[in-house]
Formats: sequence, structure tokens, C-alpha cells
Amino acid sequence: MDFSFTEEQLLLEDTVRRFVAKDYAFEKRRAIRASADGWSRDAWQALADLGLLALNVPEEHGGLGAGPVDTMLVMNALGPGLLLEPYLASAVVGTALLRECPPQAGLLEQMAAGERIVVLAHDEPEARGNPGYVATLCRIEGTDFLLDGRKCVVAHAAAADALIVSARLEDELVLFLVPRDAPGLTLDAYPTLDGTRAAEVHLAGVRLPASALLPAGADALERALDIGLAALCAEAVGIMQATLDATVDYLRTRQQFGQPIGRFQALQHRAADMLLHYEQAKSMSTLAAMRCTSQDAALRRRALSAAKVAIGRAARFIGQQAVQLHGGMGMSDEFIVSHWFKRLTAIEIEFGDSDTHLQYFIEASAFS
Amino acid sequence: MNLDFTDAENAFRAEVRAFVRDKLPDTIRDKVASGLHLTRDEHLQWQRLLFERGGWSGPGWPKAFGGPGWSPVEQYIFEEECALGGAPRLIPFGMKMVAPVIMAFGNRRQQERFLPKILSAEEWWCQGYSEPGAGSDLASLRTRAVKRDDKYVVNGQKTWNTLGQYADWIFCLVRTDPEAKAQRGISFLLIDMKSPGITVRPIITLDGAHEVNEIWFEDVKVPVENRVGEENKGWTCAKFLLGHERSNIAGIGIAKRELARAKRIAAAETKRGRPLIEDPLFAARLAEIEIDLMALEITNLRVLSAEAENKAPGPEASILKIKGTELQQAISELILQAVGPYALPFGKTAPGPAHAANRAAQYLNLRKLSIYGGSNEIQKNIVAQMILEL
Ligand SMILES: Cc1cc2nc3c(=O)[nH]c(=O)nc-3n(C[C@H](O)[C@H](O)[C@H](O)COP(=O)(O)OP(=O)(O)OC[C@H]3O[C@@H](n4cnc5c(N)ncnc54)[C@H](O)[C@@H]3O)c2cc1C
Repeated sequence: MDFSFTEEQLLLEDTVRRFVAKDYAFEKRRAIRASADGWSRDAWQALADLGLLALNVPEEHGGLGAGPVDTMLVMNALGPGLLLEPYLASAVVGTALLRECPPQAGLLEQMAAGERIVVLAHDEPEARGNPGYVATLCRIEGTDFLLDGRKCVVAHAAAADALIVSARLEDELVLFLVPRDAPGLTLDAYPTLDGTRAAEVHLAGVRLPASALLPAGADALERALDIGLAALCAEAVGIMQATLDATVDYLRTRQQFGQPIGRFQALQHRAADMLLHYEQAKSMSTLAAMRCTSQDAALRRRALSAAKVAIGRAARFIGQQAVQLHGGMGMSDEFIVSHWFKRLTAIEIEFGDSDTHLQYFIEASAFS
Repeated sequence: MNLDFTDAENAFRAEVRAFVRDKLPDTIRDKVASGLHLTRDEHLQWQRLLFERGGWSGPGWPKAFGGPGWSPVEQYIFEEECALGGAPRLIPFGMKMVAPVIMAFGNRRQQERFLPKILSAEEWWCQGYSEPGAGSDLASLRTRAVKRDDKYVVNGQKTWNTLGQYADWIFCLVRTDPEAKAQRGISFLLIDMKSPGITVRPIITLDGAHEVNEIWFEDVKVPVENRVGEENKGWTCAKFLLGHERSNIAGIGIAKRELARAKRIAAAETKRGRPLIEDPLFAARLAEIEIDLMALEITNLRVLSAEAENKAPGPEASILKIKGTELQQAISELILQAVGPYALPFGKTAPGPAHAANRAAQYLNLRKLSIYGGSNEIQKNIVAQMILEL
């Protein structure tokens, strides 16, 4: 058993923390959020320059070939910055999927350099609770493939140069790399509750050459999603830590009734409960990172779904209580606490909500 | 022992229900159903329709002041039916807050000047209590009022003021004696929002709405005749106001309406190809909340019937406030969960089913319920100290 990190890992985490503090402060983020695209290409380039976009890219494709522990540390540190750029979507999930089946020479290299963004468009309106549900239809016409369907709430779709689209070809789940400007593909983009952007992706007879078909299927997709889920958990842990720290600071400084409100035992216990949730969540995030690349699918499912449930619960409690203990201040858009709360709320919904993963956990555990 | 309403109460309920069904404008009903904020005019329009029905805009008002003179149970039925019929919540600041204070502590001239226009919804009121340094510890407020001849000169800052951007008048707690100990040197002033020296600045909340404001007072002159009650005795008015509301503080009607919404959404959403409402995990959560609501409804009625028997209103309002707000928050969480991924899109152009629109904003906004009106922690302190005598 060893819970320690290497020198390099600690250095990496520190680098990311400094980036957030210096180059991604709350005011900067506010300006980016208000911009037309809602994300910043400069910030993206800065992430590339720090090597963060190369993290999950294998060395033979010009990347760093790092593992889930490195990703966990990076996500811990990025979390409090509430990045509006598609780090999780492209540099973690997109990269994890594509490295199983490098499609075109140079794509991963370009992603590592920040030149191309690729996100997964998998979820569909009727898919709730069904891991492998895909209704988007794939037909074959000569040597071409034709796609028809709709993908919902695709994070950062408008920022992407290409989408990895899942579809059904007879009984098989297939994946395509689809340029965002492919004829027949339209986006209906909008902001989401945490200030990032997402889109509905409509596919109407999108014609693709055979080369667009990725040599990867349902298993690869699930593996990439689990790597993403572990990263999402780590992001949540980073935000929870910042939220807890800010709340404890506030309890120390805010005066009411002639004393810091942190003197009130009711609030001390509340903060203590926040800490307990945080520690449990951190443990589960660690477990998720260690198991997300396991080849044992059942073991992986149990660990990852358990982590999502525990982190969902902790995120809700910590987010809500942070707002509560800040009083009116917690409700204000002016302060970052409410923005952390919103991201934590979104995290609980993304990648399958708590009940969905509770169900997966029960099934993977074969109780009874 | 009998848990049923009387025939007369049931007839009254039917009358209110018919009124809301027939008279509530569809535009307003639709907005309430979609969780949208109403405009000033829409709020006032509904209040005026109630006013014209015989003073229904002031459900707690006695006949002597033009109100309907309802019993606490009738008020409860009225509020419940309004909520179930999709009506907006009445803006409380005039009707339920300043008016009872003016009735109890105001002089004849103040009653004649202010009460009719509150009831008829000609004037909009807002509440100026909280300050940056005085929230839960309201008595530490610092906004100063200095008497000069027949005027007070007011300087200071109020904050978290709800819908002051619409208001004609604000009722304020101000410090008139800085030497006196906390509660003693406070007075209760009625201030015209058009007075020179008042600046209203929006505070945008986490849901993106403009519902609260900061209000700055710079040498604002207020006629002494606009003080309610004696100088330095304003805390009596403030305390009176805090414990006044019983019949709707738990928000039973709203909770029922929103729970019904949760059920409709869960019936329309599917999980693994079946209605979400049939999912045992979801159904269990729904059931737990419904059971809490059943209990709270009876608790509320118990409190009201004690009040009707003229037992002095005690700290029971705190119980209703805590449980009622927790319930409304829990229901908004359940709705968020029922909506699923389409809870994420935010704003005017959101895709997804109509029932998903604004649900996340609503969830975020309702976090306020456990913060304002005396936070739930402060309410628990009251329960512990006043009821349990700890
Ligand atoms: C949406 C919204 C609308 C509002 N509208 C109005 C309005 O129209 N007019 C108006 O005057 N005010 C209004 N308020 C202000 C509201 O009344 C205050 O926010 C509330 O009194 C809490 O004060 P505070 O925000 O300063 O928090 P604080 O008092 O600083 O409290 C911070 C935290 O400490 C806790 N706490 C404080 N003291 C104790 C204690 N002794 N024991 C245990 N816990 C304690 C609180 O419960 C809270 O969790 C509104 C607030 C909101 C959020």
C-alpha cells in the first residue's frame, strides 16, 4: 500500500495550481464566460504549453503517456479554476478513446499541441440509465456510411474540430470521427448551468468515408468513459476542497453577534460534516483513479460507480452547505462559492447521475 | 378529534378554487408553471384582481382595514388554493409585513395614508432590514437616522433587498440612538423610494436573476411623521413582524403543487425504457418527501387551530419555517433529478422537453429559502431556546 506521489507528480500538480492562480483567476474566467465562444483559445494554448494536453497522449504520439494518477492530480488542481475549456472532454475522454485506435496520422499529436479538439458525442435523449443505449442509426451506402440521429447535451461540441459519434450498425455499436463541419451535422449550442457550453448535435444523413470508422467499439467506449468518470471525480474533489477551505475561512472571519460565526457549535459541526464528506469523497476518487484502467470490467464498474455515488452525495452536501454558511453572500454571482456550487451540481448530473450509478453498483455487485 | 375541514371551509375552498381558475390570467399561470420571474405589472395585476374580489389581496387583514377578515384556517385554505391553482406567491413586504406593523403600531394618519394603497396594490413595498454587517445579528445594524427638526436624515447601506427595483416605499430599521445597547436605539421608518439620495444597485444571484439589491442612503430626508411607533422602539415592531406569519410560512400549497410537478415529470421521463416514476430508487425518494409533506400539513393545521383558540402565537412558526423550506428545497432537488441531463442547459434557448426549462435555476434560487427570513440555523436556535428552554 502506498498513497504517496512521486516528485514529478507533485511538481505537475503544483504547476497546474500556479496556472489557475495566475492565469485563470475568477475575474479572467468571468470575461471568458461572457465572450462569444464562451471559452478561450489562449487559455487552451497555455494548457498545451504546460504539457497538460499531452498528458494522456501516448509517448509514441508525442505525448507524455501519463496515467490516471497524474490525471487525478491535474484535475484536483484544475477543479477550483472552473475551466471553461474542454479539458475533460477532449484532453481526457477524447484522448483516452482515440489512443486506443489512432485514426489518422498526426491527430493525437495535434491534440497534444492544442491544435485540434475532439469530444465524444454519445449520450442521447432516451438513453437514461442504459449504459450502451444508442439509437443513432448507421447505414452503409456503397463504401460510405450514413448517420442519422441526435446526441444530447454534448459538452463543448461547438469548440470541437471533430466529434467522436457513436452509432448503431445493425446490432453493433460503432464509433466515427466526424468533422464538426461535416454536411448534415448541425449544432444547437447553449450555455449550461455551470457556465460552460454544450450543444444538441443533429445528424441528418451525415455521409462519411470508411476511414472515419474507428476500430473501437462498446468496450473501448466504456473504458474511455470510466477514465473520464475518474477524472470528473477528481475535479469534484478539487472543487470540494476549495469550497471547504473558503467556507472555513468565512467562518473564521465573518462576525455576527460580536464573534466569528465559526464559534457557533452548530456551524462547527456542519463544517466538520463537510470535512467528513470531503475525506470520503477523496478516498473514492483515489479508488476510481486506481481502478479506471483495470481490465476486470466488473471490478472497474463497482469501483467507478461507487465513486460517482459517494462523490455525488458529498458534492451536494458540501455545495449546499457552503452556500448556506455564507448566508446571502453564498447566493451572489459575485463570489466564486456559488460558481463552485453550480459546477458541483452539474457534476452530479454528468456521466450518469447518482441513482444511475447506484443501480450499476447493485448490478455489478450481484447482491441477492 | 376531527381532521376534516368543516362544510363551510370546504365551500370556501371551492369558492377560492373557482376564482383562481377563472380569473388568474393565463400568461401569469404559464410563467409560474415554467418557473419564470414575473414582471412588476404581472405581480400587481394579480394582486389587483384579488383586491377587487373583496380585499382578498390581504388574506390576513381584518375587515376594519378592508380585508376579508378570514380565520387562520381560511387564510391557509386561500393560500393553498392559490398555489395549487398556479397563482404567484403574494409579495409579502407590503401585505404581510409592513401592513400588520402599521395596523398594530401606526397612528391613524399612517393607517389611512398607507394601508389602502397596499391592499389595492397601488404601491409596492420592500424591506430594508439586512445590512452587510447585520444579517442574522440584525440588531447590530448601523444605518443612521439623525433627527433634524421635523426630518430624519438617513445615511447607510441596506443589502439583499428583494425587488426593491420595483418598490415605491421601503420600510427600514435605522439606528436613532448610537449610544443605546443594540436593540434599544432602533427606529422603524417608512421611506419613499423616490427620495433624493437613494441609490439601488442590483445584485445578481447564482441563478442569473436580478431579485435582490443593495440600497444606499446618502443624506436621505424622511419626515418624522413616517416613523412607526416610538423613537428607539423600532425593535418591538421588528419582532412583531418576525413572528407574525403562520398560515403560509410552511408553503404547503406550493410544496403540493411542486410535488405534483415532480410526479408529472417523472411519469413523462423514461429510464431504461420505463417511466422514471416506476424506478424503485426514484419512487422511494418521492415517497419519503410526500410523507414529510403529509406530516407537515397536519403540523401546520395543529399550529393554526391553536392560534384560532387564541393561544398566543409562540415559536411554532420556526418549526413550520424550517420544515417547510427544507421540503421545498428537497422537492426542487427531486425535480432536478427527474429532469436528468436536460437540467444542464441553462437560459432562454435551452433545448429538451418543456418541463426541463428553468428547473436548475429554480433549484439554485431556492437555496435562499433556508437563508432568508431568519436562517434555518437561527430558527433552530429559537426552537432550542424558546421551546426546549435549553
Ligand atoms: C434571496 C434573498 C433575499 C433577501 N431579501 C431580503 C429583504 O428583502 N430584506 C432584507 O432586509 N433582507 C433580505 N435578505 C437577507 C436575509 O435576511 C439574510 O441573508 C439573513 O438574515 C442572513 O444574514 P447574512 O446573509 O448576513 O448571513 P449571516 O448572518 O452572516 O450568516 C451566515 C451563516 O451563519 C449562520 N449563523 C449566524 N448566526 C448564527 C448563530 N447564532 N448560530 C448558528 N448559526 C448562525 C447563518 O445561519 C448562516 O448560515 C435576503 C436574503 C436572500 C438570500
